[in-house]
Amino acid sequence: MDLPLIFLALMSIAMLAYVVLDGYDLGVGVLLRRASVEHKDTMIAAIGPFWDANETWLVLGVGLLLVAFPIAHGVILGALYLPVTLMLIALMLRGVAFELRAKVQPERKFVWDRAFYAGSLGASLAQGFMLGHYIVGFEQSLIAYLFAMLIAPCLTAGYALLGASFLIMKTEGLLQRRAIGWARGSLWLTALGVLAVSIATPLASPSIFDKWFSMPELIALMPIPLMTLLLFVFAHIFLRRLASDAANDNDRGLQRWAWAPFVCALGVFVFAFLGLAYSLYPYLVIDRITYIDAASSGEALTIILIGTAITLPAIVAYTVFSYRVFWGKARKLSY
Amino acid sequence: MEALLLARIQFAANISFHILFPTITIALGWVLLFFKWRLHRTGNVAWMQAYKLWVKVFALSFAMGVVSGIVMSFQFGTNWPGFMERVGNIAGPLLAYEVLTAFFLEAAFLGIMLFGADRVSPRVHNLATFLVAFGTTLSAFWILALNSWMHTPAGFEIRDGVAHATDWFAVVMNPSFPYRLTHMLLASGLTVAFLIAGVSAWRWLKGDRGAEVRLQLRVGVTLGALLIPLQILAGDMHGLNTLEHQPAKIAAMEGIWEDERGAALRLFAIPDETERTNHAEIEIPYLASLILTHSLDGEIKGLNSFIGEHPPVAPLFYGFRLMVGIGVLMLLISWSAWWLMRRRRNEGEPLPRWTLRAMVAMTFSGWVATLAGWYVTEIGRQPYLVYGVLRTADAASAVPAPMIGLSLALYLIVYAALLVAFVRVVFLLASKAGQGERDTRSRDVVGVPA
Repeated sequence: MDLPLIFLALMSIAMLAYVVLDGYDLGVGVLLRRASVEHKDTMIAAIGPFWDANETWLVLGVGLLLVAFPIAHGVILGALYLPVTLMLIALMLRGVAFELRAKVQPERKFVWDRAFYAGSLGASLAQGFMLGHYIVGFEQSLIAYLFAMLIAPCLTAGYALLGASFLIMKTEGLLQRRAIGWARGSLWLTALGVLAVSIATPLASPSIFDKWFSMPELIALMPIPLMTLLLFVFAHIFLRRLASDAANDNDRGLQRWAWAPFVCALGVFVFAFLGLAYSLYPYLVIDRITYIDAASSGEALTIILIGTAITLPAIVAYTVFSYRVFWGKARKLSY
Repeated sequence: MEALLLARIQFAANISFHILFPTITIALGWVLLFFKWRLHRTGNVAWMQAYKLWVKVFALSFAMGVVSGIVMSFQFGTNWPGFMERVGNIAGPLLAYEVLTAFFLEAAFLGIMLFGADRVSPRVHNLATFLVAFGTTLSAFWILALNSWMHTPAGFEIRDGVAHATDWFAVVMNPSFPYRLTHMLLASGLTVAFLIAGVSAWRWLKGDRGAEVRLQLRVGVTLGALLIPLQILAGDMHGLNTLEHQPAKIAAMEGIWEDERGAALRLFAIPDETERTNHAEIEIPYLASLILTHSLDGEIKGLNSFIGEHPPVAPLFYGFRLMVGIGVLMLLISWSAWWLMRRRRNEGEPLPRWTLRAMVAMTFSGWVATLAGWYVTEIGRQPYLVYGVLRTADAASAVPAPMIGLSLALYLIVYAALLVAFVRVVFLLASKAGQGERDTRSRDVVGVPA
């Protein structure tokens, strides 16, 4: 059994799950600043039951990196030490602000709303910066850093797109209409980010260039960029349709297609992730460390794999259960 | 060396901040389940009011624990890469099992527990509450298994400098684990008991004198009075276990330099590591030997038998006295309060004012004692990271000192701010609970968890 490969797959799944799941709740946090006071509570209520579990995927992803690929963990987190620190502090701030905003004196609530926004924004920007820095192999040049700084707002826009689409699904009325506008606004910056990453990765490494731009790979791989493009186009069309339904007060139309932008945004992230995974494989750090070089000894991995095989289906099952419990439009939080 | 010291301070700061919140949630989850059960059995609304206040404290503590725990999950690798290199075969699976079996479970069902009361049946809500409480305890199980293994490693062999597990049952059930787990679970119970009692006493003194305040005061006092003798017993047994496996730690805790028969218990002293002696000793003859060996002339190995291999003496000596001192105070206050409350059952005031003030002063005593105890045991493991297997200095990372210093400064600012916010909000919630009760007494209560 090829344990390192299995763990590479598991870690990738955990990371992807983290990016899309915490992505939407970080996105809602980034959008919080634009919302009116009464909408803020509904936005928080929409993500309230989920954010804890969403962040757990990060712990799992980083934990698997640490346990299964300790050498790569050292190199990657060493190179990203400061952005990781900023991300952790931002995540702390927003997680605590989430609770405190509802518990402090009403006149102090705005302070923690700002902390929630700042934490969400900081964590998203830091993750974007890390992504940008990571895919050029931590190159220490001005261009590389500028590139990382370009990816930072792009990933944040991607999260805002996920967050706004999530709100379109989970809210109604004026907030839903505003969310449609936010989603439309963030769509273009997200597309720019995907494009920038797609151009930069082959340029950063000749081996990645060859993996994409040689025959017959070029044809075989076409579905990935094509599907990504198609999903962007669909997202655009659905959002335009929802916006016109909103303008005409066509509630049936709003109800009927409210799920569509989120599914498109989810698809964009999945295909972008697939593309990136294909580019990087078999490297964990581009052109330096493969997953085989970095893999730890088999015996710890066997034990963890047994545990994962038993618990992961259960985790998925009760996560689905939790989403079903809170299915439908978000209601005011009370407990 | 400087980077090593900073890395240690940073890790200590993070883990100290983190442990405060699990210490509350581990026991508070079960207390909430108890409140729900009492409400179901008696129909007394006061139980629901108790639930509604403390579930908010639980949610806040849980969030603080989650976010500081995420920091920890990164720092295992960044601060101590040598740890994973050398003992990753043991530590990795234990940490992974914590995330897979406990962390996801509590996080997913917390949403239903907090926000789902009006969306699921009471039975499912009870189950969610149970699973959250169970998850926090299970999480403590895995983490303490790993921590105990670092003190009393078992069930492994070293091949080419790397630890390989040979017997997983022995790894988890290593010699100090049952004692440490019991000691920590009881510490959590006591922390919550004194938190509930202290906050309720504060409400009473402020003039918030509903039946629910009296009830919560009684729960806190009773829980504290029940658990503290068990904790003293568990602590004693844990100490005996430490004497067997880590005698140098015990010598430092007791401030004993030479091998001694019939060793005295130093109530107070100023340990001096350069002259290797104590100043200003106040002692009770024979008592240390009696406690530790259960015989008057039992022998205790002194620090001079472990030169170069024993931990720094002063922090252990003082830390241990702080923890035990708080334990004794807990015993005196909870037992006298419990006795006074029984006698005054039918009077207007549940307790005399001085007792209430003492309870308020003790509100966060569980935190202080827990931290003091953890400092004793963790500093007591030095100079090792894994006792007898891996030295702390050999596990440190290559991250440059200025970077660690910068991140440490940022963390400390955030932790200080969050700690202040937490304590203020706990009291704010308590005062709001009183007002809320007066406001809603006539109104129907929606979403009653039963």
